Amino acid sequence: MLEDGKRERAHDHTQAESHHHHTHAKTSHHVRGHHLLQVSNLSVGFRMYDPDASFFSAEQRMSYVIDDLSISVHAGEIVAVVGASGSGKTLLADSIMGLFEPNAEVRGELWFDGELMDQASLAGVRGHGISLVPQSVSHLDPLMRVGKQVEGFGSAGSAAERRARRRELFERYGLGDEATVLYPHELSGGMARRVLLCCALMDDPKLIIADEPTPGLDLDLAVKALADFRSFADAGGGVMLITHDIELALRVADRIAVFKDGAIVEETAVANFATPDTLEHPFSKALWHALPEHGFSVEGDVSAGGDAPC
Amino acid sequence: MARFILKHIVRLALLLFAVSVIAFLLISLSPVDPVQANVGQAAWTSMSEAKRAQLAEYWGVDVPIWQRYVNWLTSTLQGDLGTSLRYNAPVADVISWRAGNTLLLMAVAWVVSGVLGFTLGIVAGVKRGSIVDKVVKAYCFVLAATPTFWLGLLFLMVFAVALGWFPIGFSTPIGKAAADVTLLDVAHHMVLPAITLSVVGVAQIALHTREKTIDVMESDYVRFARARGMGTWEAVRRHGLRNLALPAITLQFASISEIFGGSVLVEQVFSYPGLGQAAVTAALGGDAALLVAIAVVSSAFVFGGNLVANILYGMIDPRIRRGEAARG
Repeated sequence: MLEDGKRERAHDHTQAESHHHHTHAKTSHHVRGHHLLQVSNLSVGFRMYDPDASFFSAEQRMSYVIDDLSISVHAGEIVAVVGASGSGKTLLADSIMGLFEPNAEVRGELWFDGELMDQASLAGVRGHGISLVPQSVSHLDPLMRVGKQVEGFGSAGSAAERRARRRELFERYGLGDEATVLYPHELSGGMARRVLLCCALMDDPKLIIADEPTPGLDLDLAVKALADFRSFADAGGGVMLITHDIELALRVADRIAVFKDGAIVEETAVANFATPDTLEHPFSKALWHALPEHGFSVEGDVSAGGDAPC
Repeated sequence: MARFILKHIVRLALLLFAVSVIAFLLISLSPVDPVQANVGQAAWTSMSEAKRAQLAEYWGVDVPIWQRYVNWLTSTLQGDLGTSLRYNAPVADVISWRAGNTLLLMAVAWVVSGVLGFTLGIVAGVKRGSIVDKVVKAYCFVLAATPTFWLGLLFLMVFAVALGWFPIGFSTPIGKAAADVTLLDVAHHMVLPAITLSVVGVAQIALHTREKTIDVMESDYVRFARARGMGTWEAVRRHGLRNLALPAITLQFASISEIFGGSVLVEQVFSYPGLGQAAVTAALGGDAALLVAIAVVSSAFVFGGNLVANILYGMIDPRIRRGEAARG
């Protein structure tokens, strides 16, 4: 794609080496010479009435929740998108899956596995290449048994094959056969998390987008939960982990993408978070300072932005 | 389970008791003089005083209302619903024949309005904001604001009088022996009243299902289903229908009372010999036994509808079903 092919064939970058506006981690691979996912200059906006104007004179204008955002995910790595709650991170996940509200205006380029995607091809890779791991059990149909939902209704494979695959996944994640006949409201928190992961893995994805997959878990439990994503990445998949929890991101991710005001302000290897000097953007530096082990200090730039760092 | 049944039997008994008391009270307060109403104005003025007294006694005008009620209650509890003075036949016979007509009419209207309303609601909800949605919404708002009887008159004028496609009234052809009446005759006579009733019933279920569909389409589980590669309509079919059917079924069973109320008007407009028409006749003629019996039967019927809605809800929704099982 954008890069010089000869250099791409060398594929592996050194730790924290910078290219393409981002730095790499050890695990970041350019399989077949391209990023697994490359989002370039994505903007998603909605037409709305100007909230600052008075009721009668308000005019419609575009409001961009995602504004000129670029991010890459390599094979073999976990990229954590870190940003404040309610800053539009879920919309980012929806946009990558091609699930827009009808009134959304979308611009930008999205490459998946070396191919430029449009609305139709994105629909084709939903569940067949890109899988979502959602946040909570509310993403399961409350009136359908869990086993059936994990198996899904995909055209890929016969019902028997899907059942076998589901059994294999349940076994791998310690879900007993008795879990198949449960309804979503009967799952414990831990079971629900594994069931949602199984839904994603059922479709044998290359890229997993995990949207706040560990709500309500404390850091140690969350890290344990994310070990499943680690092993998926180690097997050659890519993971985009969307979270508001930077401590968690630093523990499990290979690279951190700092999300602020609808854009990624810095995309960098976790190693660069060792000291603020290797961070480029003031907001990232401020995030570093706000970490508990650095004294929670909030410096001018963050409070000016009005966003809580995490 | 036994407790559940007992509880509902007690409730039903209390309801029917209250309904019968109120019906009797209303009759006693009614300004209609049953003798005058039933013999007609001309006959009344030319009637001798003795004859009037005899008729008054026949209609029970002078008996205090509480005594009439006690008489009625004791005989009813023994299984005798009394005699309809207006139709000069046992109340049980009058009701059973007419209830058949009414139930047939209501069942058709109920099913048609349910299926049609549910379908329209889903289509409008999924295609929210589209021209289809706007047409469905406009249709529902107009119909929800349309009086049933007026619509019935309109249908009569257009389809029975002007176009002549359907008979102008009654449940069977005029002047045809009961033995010769075919099923086709019955259906032919039922079409207009049934359409009138269903067309009005559609509005509520369609608007309700539309709202629910919008909720479901925005729900996390439909979003996730689509993220797993399902198309919109497949997601509706696999996950939408079962979640939408539940509230729709409940609403539809609960709406039996409304269809019943509508049937009174529709039967009047179409001269359809059902319970509703008999209720009007009984009320205007001061026929206490018949009116109270109809009130009681229809209350039991509506009660049954609500009960079925309750039970079905528990049977279909696993969240309720498992909860009940866990409690024993």
